[in-house]
Amino acid sequence: MLFRKASAPFINAQANVHSIMYQVLYALIPGTLAAIYFFGWGVLINLVIAASICLLSEALVLKLRARPVSTSLKDGSALITACLLALALPPLVPWWLTVIASIFAIVIAKQLYGGLGFNLFNPAMVGYIVVMISFPREMTFWTAPLGAVDSWLSFGDTFSIIFHGVLADQSSIDSVTMATPMDTLKTQIGLENDIESTRNHEVYGALFSNISGTGWQWINILFLLSGLWMIKQKVIDWRIPVSFLLSLLLISNFFAVSDYASYPSAVFHLFSGGTMLCAFFIATDPISACTTPKGRWIYGAGIGVLVYTIRNWGGYPDGIAFAVVLMNMAVPLLDYYTQPRIYGKNEVE
Amino acid sequence: MQSTTNIKHFHGGLHLDYHKEISKQSAITACLPQQRYVIPVQQHIGVAGEIIVEKGQRVLKGQMLASTKKLISAPVHSPVSGTIVEIGKHAVLHPSGMEADCIIIENDFQDEWVERNPVAENYHQMNSHDLRNIIRNAGIVGLGGAVFPAAIKQTEININTLIINGIECEPYITCDDRLMQERAKEVLSGADIIGHIIKARECIIAIEDNKPEAAAAIQVAIDEDNTDFFRLQIVPTVYPSGSEKQLIKIITDKEVPMNGLPADINTLCQNVGTAYAIHQAVFKDEPLISRIVTFTGGGIHQAQNLEVLIGTYIADCIEQCGGYTKDAYCMIMGGPMMGYSINTDQLPVVKASNCLLVSNSDEIHPVNTEAHMPCIRCGRCVEVCPSKLLPQQLYWHASTGNHERVAEYHLFDCIECGCCSYVCPSQIPLVQYYRNAKSEIWALEADRKKSDAARARHEAREHRLLLQKQEREERLRKKREMLNEKKGKSEENEIDAKKAAITEALARVKKKKETQAVTPKNTDNLTADQERQIKEADQRRKATENKNNE
Repeated sequence: MLFRKASAPFINAQANVHSIMYQVLYALIPGTLAAIYFFGWGVLINLVIAASICLLSEALVLKLRARPVSTSLKDGSALITACLLALALPPLVPWWLTVIASIFAIVIAKQLYGGLGFNLFNPAMVGYIVVMISFPREMTFWTAPLGAVDSWLSFGDTFSIIFHGVLADQSSIDSVTMATPMDTLKTQIGLENDIESTRNHEVYGALFSNISGTGWQWINILFLLSGLWMIKQKVIDWRIPVSFLLSLLLISNFFAVSDYASYPSAVFHLFSGGTMLCAFFIATDPISACTTPKGRWIYGAGIGVLVYTIRNWGGYPDGIAFAVVLMNMAVPLLDYYTQPRIYGKNEVE
Repeated sequence: MQSTTNIKHFHGGLHLDYHKEISKQSAITACLPQQRYVIPVQQHIGVAGEIIVEKGQRVLKGQMLASTKKLISAPVHSPVSGTIVEIGKHAVLHPSGMEADCIIIENDFQDEWVERNPVAENYHQMNSHDLRNIIRNAGIVGLGGAVFPAAIKQTEININTLIINGIECEPYITCDDRLMQERAKEVLSGADIIGHIIKARECIIAIEDNKPEAAAAIQVAIDEDNTDFFRLQIVPTVYPSGSEKQLIKIITDKEVPMNGLPADINTLCQNVGTAYAIHQAVFKDEPLISRIVTFTGGGIHQAQNLEVLIGTYIADCIEQCGGYTKDAYCMIMGGPMMGYSINTDQLPVVKASNCLLVSNSDEIHPVNTEAHMPCIRCGRCVEVCPSKLLPQQLYWHASTGNHERVAEYHLFDCIECGCCSYVCPSQIPLVQYYRNAKSEIWALEADRKKSDAARARHEAREHRLLLQKQEREERLRKKREMLNEKKGKSEENEIDAKKAAITEALARVKKKKETQAVTPKNTDNLTADQERQIKEADQRRKATENKNNE
């Protein structure tokens, strides 16, 4: 009687990359729904454009590289990239901008490095940075969230803005765009107005809510909850979100306490902009993050410091993408110098 | 029963499905005597023994078949009385399915023992050296799986703590469990002998908390012993707590130093099976000719713990277990985490064989070694690695053949427990990558040593040739010098002689010239005309002389 030959271990936990990726995608759903709820059709249109372009360009490059297309597409990683991009881009950006960001993320930042598992930088953030640097004006096309305004911008108007650059009645889009709360604060503080007066401002006041920005706070809370679920499911490592949020909290609290009129509170920072999305979905991308336990602490803390620095003193409204990519660069070095003490090393001989 | 709260943990590890219930209820049963036994000469780590029997010779049960003079080596003995029908190559238990030197014995069913003189209780009066010799001559090796000759480890220098390993952390295996349940007293007796040899102060018997029956049996034996030497330690069930280094960490909270031995931190670790074998050797003068093997898995009809004579064909044991079921799929020697698969049952049981798992296709899920997803650096392997390595980095460098980096990430501290492969979501056969890298490095090392030796040999030869050449040249030079000296002297003489001849000749010429100097004759009474003519002639001669002289 002859038997099958195989190699130990003969049993395994039967975990797989696909299920990890899909759990991340599921976890993205509540926050994404909230973003759609607050910012309207634009988010949905961005999502459709980004997803189709990401999947398409991934398939194309895989075919060019003679790799199995369907198994790689099914791993869900391209969809995550698309989803992160759509959430990071303003809801009224022109369609071609989303296309450029998607192509750059998948083709340049991911596939040219060797595809899943080999990219040094977070693909979505690279895509975002490219359009941020190239088209800074379009990247301010945010709308006021539901709550600050009474209803969504109509589908016709949103569609017209994204594909033609003007409202359906050919009027300028300036009447519907509005800066994000964080950007507003930055501008107002730059104009020597303090935080308190900005929050009570007759126009901008509607952008702010009791925790942070109107709408933004709920989006952030939902991403936080999904993130905690992912940690419980062991889909992501807890160290990076904890160290990132902790460092952001400590540094923002330090400045807020020293000058509460010009520096927003720690709570505002934690629940504004892309903080929670970054903490649980962007910084935790395992491929471009540190892989040693100690390295992950430093990596997360580094992103926190950089995000705060760029938000307060940098030229861009939010610093997530730059902070993440800068720390991505430090990963090989951090990994090398933060190797754990292995069993028996430096024991008394 | 004792609690597990006061003990330490090692890093990582896994909680597995153990499937021990399949064979746990099966009491140790003797395997039926067979017609033919195949005894591999090498069943241990170290050097193979020297065959001391001949084909056709009748041997008795317990008679030594291969002896050994080397330190790291162990003898083998005949499991039955009978006739040696062949000495030669036979397939043995090995991952590669290779053949090795074996002694094949035809059983005469007489069960006739060699003469035995057990020292029994007298061991208390014996010194460590003599006791070690008994253990050594009985061919006892570590039965936990490492099969390292047991006596070598049992040094009496500085060992305070003896740990008897009854962990059995691999799924499916229950042979140690049954041994402790049924022969606790003998296990303790063996431990006491080891303790006596190494002069240990305490002996801790470690058992995982999923074996309460074994723990209870050991506790009863400890209570009966009543010496304070033994202590039972229940440890939480975590794979691989049965690994020596991890167990020592659990029990003592100390780590065996890198490249060091447990003795460096004053401990010695031995398996319960080894302790039992030592008891048998001392109290019955029985060499290691049998062991308990768990036959289990969904691929055989009746899982059993058989006491099998070394050299019994696996096929014969399987038959006693009711044979294979229809869905027998994969046959694994050892446990599912660290064992290796074999593709035939025509192989003899050896000292290392603790379990034979015949699985059906539902029970095992080996990773696909041909195609796997890329590493996504999720770090789950880091969380479970009991050696605190970075398996994903090791994989990265091992797969690209970067031996230098692989060594920097401590490849050789990997114990190949398989935890990383078990949790990998990309289903990367990590352990296989590490094994390959290790053997590549070993091969390179061997090659390097070989080429170093060759280079040294070459350089020695060059040096020798150079020396010979120099010697020859020196010799020639001396010879030449000698010749030259001789030659030089004769030449000098010659030159002197020539010079002398020349001066002589010159002198002669001068003399001649002087004597021949023209003296005018008959110059008296000459006319003026004659005088003028003489004068003219003189002048002419002078002129010619001058001309000649010029």
